[in-house]
Amino acid sequence: MDTKLLERKSECEWWIQPTGGMRVPAVLYATESLIRDMDEKVREQITNVAMLPGIVKAAYAMPDAHWGYGFPIGGVAAMDVESGVISPGGIGFDINCGMRLVTTNLDWPEVQPHLRELVDALAERVPAGVGSRGFLRLSDEDFEDLLRQGAGWAVREGFGTPDDLAHTEAGGCFSGADPECVSEHARERGLRQVGTLGSGNHYLEIQVAHAEGVHEAGLARAFGIQRPEQVMVMFHCGSRGFGHQVATDYLHDFLRAMPTKFGLPVIDRELACAPFGSREGRDYYAAMCCAANMSFANRQVILHRIREVFSDVFGRSPEELGIRCIYDVAHNTAKLEEHEVAGRRRRLLVHRKGATRAFPPGHPELPPEYRETGQPVIVGGSMETGSYLLAGIASGAVSFFSTAHGSGRTMSRTKARKLVRGRELQDRMAERGILVRTASLRGLAEEAGLAYKDVEEVAAATELAGLSRRVAHLVPVGNVKG
Amino acid sequence: MSDAGGGPQAARAREQEGSFEFVEGPTGDLTFLARAPTLEGLFTAAAEAFLAVTLEDASGLEARERRELALEEPDLELLLLRFVNELVFLRDASELLLRPERINVTQDGVARLGATLAGERIDRQRHSLRSDVKAATAHALRVAEVADGWEARLTLDV
Repeated sequence: MDTKLLERKSECEWWIQPTGGMRVPAVLYATESLIRDMDEKVREQITNVAMLPGIVKAAYAMPDAHWGYGFPIGGVAAMDVESGVISPGGIGFDINCGMRLVTTNLDWPEVQPHLRELVDALAERVPAGVGSRGFLRLSDEDFEDLLRQGAGWAVREGFGTPDDLAHTEAGGCFSGADPECVSEHARERGLRQVGTLGSGNHYLEIQVAHAEGVHEAGLARAFGIQRPEQVMVMFHCGSRGFGHQVATDYLHDFLRAMPTKFGLPVIDRELACAPFGSREGRDYYAAMCCAANMSFANRQVILHRIREVFSDVFGRSPEELGIRCIYDVAHNTAKLEEHEVAGRRRRLLVHRKGATRAFPPGHPELPPEYRETGQPVIVGGSMETGSYLLAGIASGAVSFFSTAHGSGRTMSRTKARKLVRGRELQDRMAERGILVRTASLRGLAEEAGLAYKDVEEVAAATELAGLSRRVAHLVPVGNVKG
Repeated sequence: MSDAGGGPQAARAREQEGSFEFVEGPTGDLTFLARAPTLEGLFTAAAEAFLAVTLEDASGLEARERRELALEEPDLELLLLRFVNELVFLRDASELLLRPERINVTQDGVARLGATLAGERIDRQRHSLRSDVKAATAHALRVAEVADGWEARLTLDV
């Protein structure tokens, strides 16, 4: 991106002042090198976001921002609930795609001899790739309950504990879900996908928290990283075909209604939107909540399978192995939240697409054990370079308490595939001590580390920008790739 | 109207009718450019692009099962979007990988598509699966008449 087109406000804050149809400024948080390497399209797309009706304060791009469709990935926009819009393109097709980080009381020397067995068993119990189907056989009534109750449904069915729900954003359930607003197509796609990982950049990883990777020992301890070389499990997935169908259905409806019923110009078809107060806008919100709940339930069921696998391999119960959910956080949602704007508390619809909510210490929505630490934030890096655990901080109020969600791509899938061969990458990673099981070698090549930004720099940029603070760097040792 | 069934002759017919190539697009997704002398060939080429992302080798897909499809949209771009999204839906809901065996596309005030889709159920023993297309997106979606026929640009979310 050409920095001459931006106004630098501080080391990690760049502004685009309103021009043309922009209603508010656009603000990009990144180091100079991240900005220079960022797609020019991010500037164009975040400018378009700043034109949406009802947007409050500014449109924001996180340090991991990259070229998406409609919004950039890493885009944040808060809308006034009276005058603002809701946009599927501001949420992402994979509604409530998110991360879950799980700790164990095992250390790496204890796990290392069992790594192959663990990874193979996880690959078998957590299906991934094209057309994968979960082990649950749900009736239509079961599925409706799941859509209304989210992860709570899974726990009630025996796939987890109340403690898991306490450590999940929004308790694992978005209120406002109405299955009546979901199409038959979406139901048919989602019914057999609960408990599956998906593909693309979705993964399940065994990781190690080495002592040298811990930035804030006190916070790390509070989050559950309490011993050297502690083994963790991180996974990244969402609402599978169900969420995509919800987004597809409503994008289609909004495109038809925008010029006629709402008199709204279509700046970019993927920025299709509807007034939040309209019937169409409310229906989409209710359907989106269903998809968010499907995703929470999906990650909860996957955690159950992880517990089964570890328990089988080590011959101890999940409780004995200390398998505990540190946190589950969404990064593709629109949520009703209260924020202070110009000294006034306002109820806003905060769109985060490839961006993570990062509430600060003291926030009432955090569970008691995280009230003093701030919210755990899970940033998934590339499978070669590792991931980050961050924490929300008070200065994050500038971006409606939002921060990065991952490394962010620097390269298209097409280009990565031309540069990397999947088999060679798998062998190279094995030499470096990372065991990979993949549903597709071509898919693996598309996810090579060189296709991503440096996660260290992204995590550091969130800290420099005052969006979140670094807690620990987590290193992959085993990966199940979708 | 075209006849693009599952056998080698039909595959050759499809090649004559249309082609596709992957081009640069949004970094997390896959964008393709399809070209064909006819609208039917263009929609068939788009279906082939979807199958090429889904399977390591789509040429061996046999016409064992069939589904009828009738769609209507305000314009050709929304029609193409809906068509590819129906292929995605049928893959997830019925585990079917399908391509047009017979297809008719018209544009007269509204855009309409009638097709018989043919293909087979996903069989992990026989099919080497590649990437999971989650949706066709409207990002920079384009269907345009060009000097030698039709051209389309479509981005698949993977």
